[in-house]
Amino acid sequence: MTIRFLLNGEPQEVAGDPTVTLLDWLRERARLTGTKEGCNEGDCGACTVMVTDPGNGPARSLNACILFLPQLDGRAVRTIEGIAAPDGSLHPVQQAMIAHHGSQCGFCTPGFVVAMAAAHRNGETDHADQIAGNLCRCTGYAPILRAARAAAASPVPPHMTTDADRLAASPFHVPEISQGGPAGPGTASPYLPSSSDALADWYLENPDATLIAGATDVGLWVTKQHRVPKKVAFLNQCADLTGIVDDDETIRIGAMTTINDLRAAMATRHPSFAEMLRRYGSVQVRNAATIGGNIANGSPIGDSPPPLIALGATLHLRRGDTRRAIPLEEFFLAYGKQDRAPGEFVEAVSLPTRPDTQPDTLRVYKLSKRFDQDISAVCGAFNLTVADGIITTARIAFGGLAGIPKRATHVEAALISKPMAEASFHAALPAFAQDFTPLSDMRASAAYRLQTARNMALRYVAEMPDTGAPSRATGILPTDILKVRP
Amino acid sequence: MSVHKPLPHDAAHLHVTGQARYVDDIPTPENCLHLAFGLSRVARGQITALSLDAVRASAGVLAVVTGADLSLNPDCSPSNHDEPLLSDGSVHYAGQPLFLVAARSHLDARRAAALAVVEISAEDPILTLDQALAAGSRFEEGPRIYAKGDIDAALADAPHLVEGSIEIGGQEHFYLEGQSALALPQEGGDMVVHSSSQHPTEIQHKVADALGLPMHAVRVEVRRMGGGFGGKESQGNALAIACAVMAARTGRPCKMRYDRDDDFLITGKRHDARITYRAGFDGEGRLLGVDFTHLIRCGWSMDLSLPVADRAMLHADNAYLLPAARITSHRLRTNTQSATAFRGFGGPQGMVGIERVMDHAAHVLGMDGLEIRRLNYYRAASVAEGGPSGGSFSAKMKGQVLNTADLAGRGSVKVATDLGTGSGAAKRFGGVHSPVPGGVAANTTPYGMDVEDFILHEMTARLVADCDYAARKRAVADWNAANPILKRGIALTPVKFGISFTLTHLNQAGALVHVYQDGSIHLNHGGTEMGQGLFQKVAQVAADRFGVPVAQVKITATDTGKVPNTSATAASSGTDLNGMAVQDACNKIRLRIAEVVAPALQAKPEAVVFEDGRVRAGAAEMTFEKAVTAAYMARVSLSATGFYATPKLQWDRIEGKGRPFLYFAYGVACSEVVIDTLTGENRLLRTDILHDAGASLNPALDIGQIEGGFVQGAGWLTMEELVWDDKGALRTHAPSTYKIPCASDAPEVFNVSLWDAPNREETIYRSKAVGEPPLMLGISVLSALADACASCGAGFPDLQAPATPEAVLAAVSRARDRARDRG
Repeated sequence: MTIRFLLNGEPQEVAGDPTVTLLDWLRERARLTGTKEGCNEGDCGACTVMVTDPGNGPARSLNACILFLPQLDGRAVRTIEGIAAPDGSLHPVQQAMIAHHGSQCGFCTPGFVVAMAAAHRNGETDHADQIAGNLCRCTGYAPILRAARAAAASPVPPHMTTDADRLAASPFHVPEISQGGPAGPGTASPYLPSSSDALADWYLENPDATLIAGATDVGLWVTKQHRVPKKVAFLNQCADLTGIVDDDETIRIGAMTTINDLRAAMATRHPSFAEMLRRYGSVQVRNAATIGGNIANGSPIGDSPPPLIALGATLHLRRGDTRRAIPLEEFFLAYGKQDRAPGEFVEAVSLPTRPDTQPDTLRVYKLSKRFDQDISAVCGAFNLTVADGIITTARIAFGGLAGIPKRATHVEAALISKPMAEASFHAALPAFAQDFTPLSDMRASAAYRLQTARNMALRYVAEMPDTGAPSRATGILPTDILKVRP
Repeated sequence: MSVHKPLPHDAAHLHVTGQARYVDDIPTPENCLHLAFGLSRVARGQITALSLDAVRASAGVLAVVTGADLSLNPDCSPSNHDEPLLSDGSVHYAGQPLFLVAARSHLDARRAAALAVVEISAEDPILTLDQALAAGSRFEEGPRIYAKGDIDAALADAPHLVEGSIEIGGQEHFYLEGQSALALPQEGGDMVVHSSSQHPTEIQHKVADALGLPMHAVRVEVRRMGGGFGGKESQGNALAIACAVMAARTGRPCKMRYDRDDDFLITGKRHDARITYRAGFDGEGRLLGVDFTHLIRCGWSMDLSLPVADRAMLHADNAYLLPAARITSHRLRTNTQSATAFRGFGGPQGMVGIERVMDHAAHVLGMDGLEIRRLNYYRAASVAEGGPSGGSFSAKMKGQVLNTADLAGRGSVKVATDLGTGSGAAKRFGGVHSPVPGGVAANTTPYGMDVEDFILHEMTARLVADCDYAARKRAVADWNAANPILKRGIALTPVKFGISFTLTHLNQAGALVHVYQDGSIHLNHGGTEMGQGLFQKVAQVAADRFGVPVAQVKITATDTGKVPNTSATAASSGTDLNGMAVQDACNKIRLRIAEVVAPALQAKPEAVVFEDGRVRAGAAEMTFEKAVTAAYMARVSLSATGFYATPKLQWDRIEGKGRPFLYFAYGVACSEVVIDTLTGENRLLRTDILHDAGASLNPALDIGQIEGGFVQGAGWLTMEELVWDDKGALRTHAPSTYKIPCASDAPEVFNVSLWDAPNREETIYRSKAVGEPPLMLGISVLSALADACASCGAGFPDLQAPATPEAVLAAVSRARDRARDRG
């Protein structure tokens, strides 16, 4: 099949193996070696490239090491070689990195520069978040952050925004080229459906295929486990699977909605969820990863299921023309096993809309060794409603405590009908052991997981208003370590 | 003057545009082969079957080689000749290379290597310190012991005895550029190797040995590394050797780079350790004596573990005068990756030990941690001693012809004892410059070196004032009294770090400088560039010697064909050694030019100065270019080598006596943290640093080393956790599971200043080495976290390292457990 995209402003037509990563293609075939391989698993950002989609949206920084060429079809890519202006004059970020001594060994630098240039183009100024996906072992980040701040006020160079215009005017986004046939022997046979209807038909016929959304997980199958899926479909052209629709009763989130877009949508609705999503992967990962992918792969440590379950999410599945909806928690049956029939795929997840009159009672706690871009040891989500000081409903879900994202049903039961007070939560703590028997691994011990899960419940009651907790007498009890300032 | 200026890194423009070239970026011929190792998944045992048919049949594979296939299975060790390139049938750790695959692409090689069917009759691995100690599995015949005074008496008489132990985790280097090498076969069997290595001469030596060639047949080039941190001092040997051997077998270029997971699994890391202590204090907090036991986990081979463990002992005092001390060091052999050099080279572990003693004693005695530290500092360098002590540049290694021992490796213990000035020298450790060996009253380290340059009293006083320590300490206490869930902590800790290779003969360097007819200058030296800015600092020296702009100096790739017999760029010595060697070469050429132009300037050669692009004598002057042309026309050589050997050093590592260091570099850091007592999560809020880089050659680059070193040290002691399972498999082998600090982990307020006073020793422009010392400023974070934990109750929190959230929560529990002995 043929993949067409813009590379640093120049049209490219690429044929061949669909599970070749952009990074390998750039370095080995295009001989553009400025983009570096640091980890080959999307965790260090040395391979960051900037991708512009058709339309007027922001540019996306992405990790080229876990980005397959078909994901670029109809899009525009800028690598480090395309960040300086065509006449060679340096981008403001590049100038600032030199002036502020932001590079030492220089190996991570191209990835930083691209991530910073993409953030600069998008007008983002939360610099530490914008580069949370870029690891540097030399500088301690201080000079890089100084450079980012220094460059922020400079105007965006014209060549950083022209890709979208080129795409709009060019033949790169042509649906018919997306109907690719099988590639050569021994390689994955790609399919690029342009709608969920097309996907549904094809997947029914090819239930053994692997569906690739953002490739932040499947990418690692290829780069680390050398598993080359025999048959794949890339969902990035299914526009109707993307997007968030909000009506009076539900918020429907399309499966291909990226975590970054979900974060934006949650910012006002459920700020605690949005704050957790700020720490979900990195900008590069959130720009690729999708809500559907995070749910469908059934990981016990996926971060979106616990808050979604706590919010009472419904999962929408489709197989051919048959659709069904189930409570999200029922999708996760056991470790590695989901309630998904062959040929069935996740179309969307929906949440009940919170009326303006009702306070947001969701709190999400993500616990990891490092705050940013780390996989949770424990992720807990609490959502309790209270009437007249009495807990009336309780939805509590955890990741990292079982083989699946799981509700704490015994804890919930122990809390319902009790006063919303610290004592009720203390009384409910033993129920955690009925709900969970966590494992020990490199992220945390079983005992620590259970202890911190219990302590999250205590944090929840401390954070909820009007709980009468003694420590609230001052009214300013800080519980969020990320909000403490020097 | 081009020195003392905050110029950017010489390659900054190349870095930010992606043009800077690393080994894997070098264009290779179409027929280049790509290599990968097949690794053992078992930690200890004997290979009973190695079925490689599937590997050979895999797409793109051209050759597969086992240890048995090689007539000579090359050795990769920098010290003990105990690291066969490929397993000889025995397996010593999970991750050990068993066979080598050559394929058409990197991916083909990796995919094929995973297809081997390996049967190993597994034996119980020795993994932990306790297992190794119990099994007597160690390097050297028994523990090394350095001692000063009568420690047993000191402890017996001490009013307060503080006892405890601290586990100190290892650390993965996580250089962003993984290990890599490229071998290009030449005519007549010669080999050119590009390696991402801090030690080109060792690569040359090991490759020559592997190929059975003299060293002159192998040329190694290193333009730059994408980070080193000690991890590329010896750990690149295997890749370079593999490439060279395969290139010699096939006649084709061979390239090898480790995938990140392989890099974690194969290569060594910082030594993890347990330090136990018994320390005696008087009622005022004065340390009377301390007895340390260092258990150092070395992994499966010796590598550089002996000098690492030595340096841990040499920093057991850190900044404190120990009236009596005993340091017992066990170098334990385990079935894990062979721990190796890592920024600080044992010094950090040794320092954590004494800093923990200070915190523990402060807790027991109810003192402020800073107060007890200052009370026990070495005495200040007296004003009378303040001047330079008259450097001698005559010290030279006694010429001796040796066999194929790894002379240039830091682990070459045999050489260390064979060389030097004879065994009798150990007794005369002071030499002409040394003080009278003293007793308790002397300002002497546990290894008998007089501390002549101690400036931490003044530095501490300045930082205490600048960072508002006293008021913030009170504010922390107020916060903690008011807040039950989030607790703050603050600590100020010092660093005194010894500068020089402890293997004395490595303290030498060479340089090669050419001045071309047009006045442009080609600069080469034995040091390697890994991001630290060495090339720029040395170029500033050369530019200053000739009085020309730095842009007139071209810094070229480190090349064993240009400057031979180099030491590793390690031990923070890069600028000290190579700067001096370059200065020597430049001075020779300067003098020759001066002699040529002196008559025209109507001056004596020694009166000729080089500055502002001019060559001057009084009012008479000419351009540098014209002077160069004149020298050329006069048939005078405009090329020179330079050489430097560090003076004053005398060291006997067996006795533990002498002067291993030319001088000490100093620093102080104050860190403030907050912890969450529900989860143990913690954040670094603010850090203030005052660091001693002497008269800095380049303040911007030096501050970069300080900021970066500090964050790396803080990462080591907090979030960076290596986890092995009970079978010896490393479970944290990629950035998904092993977390180095990211941008938001740098302190939100981060103030770094230089203590800008000249080195009292005659170093290059009176600067000081700055590569390693700042890493140990990160200990302030561990101490601040312990302080926060201690605020939770009366118990001693006994925080272990790394202080992950889980470790912090455990320490909070201990603090709350009032039943715990307060000592």
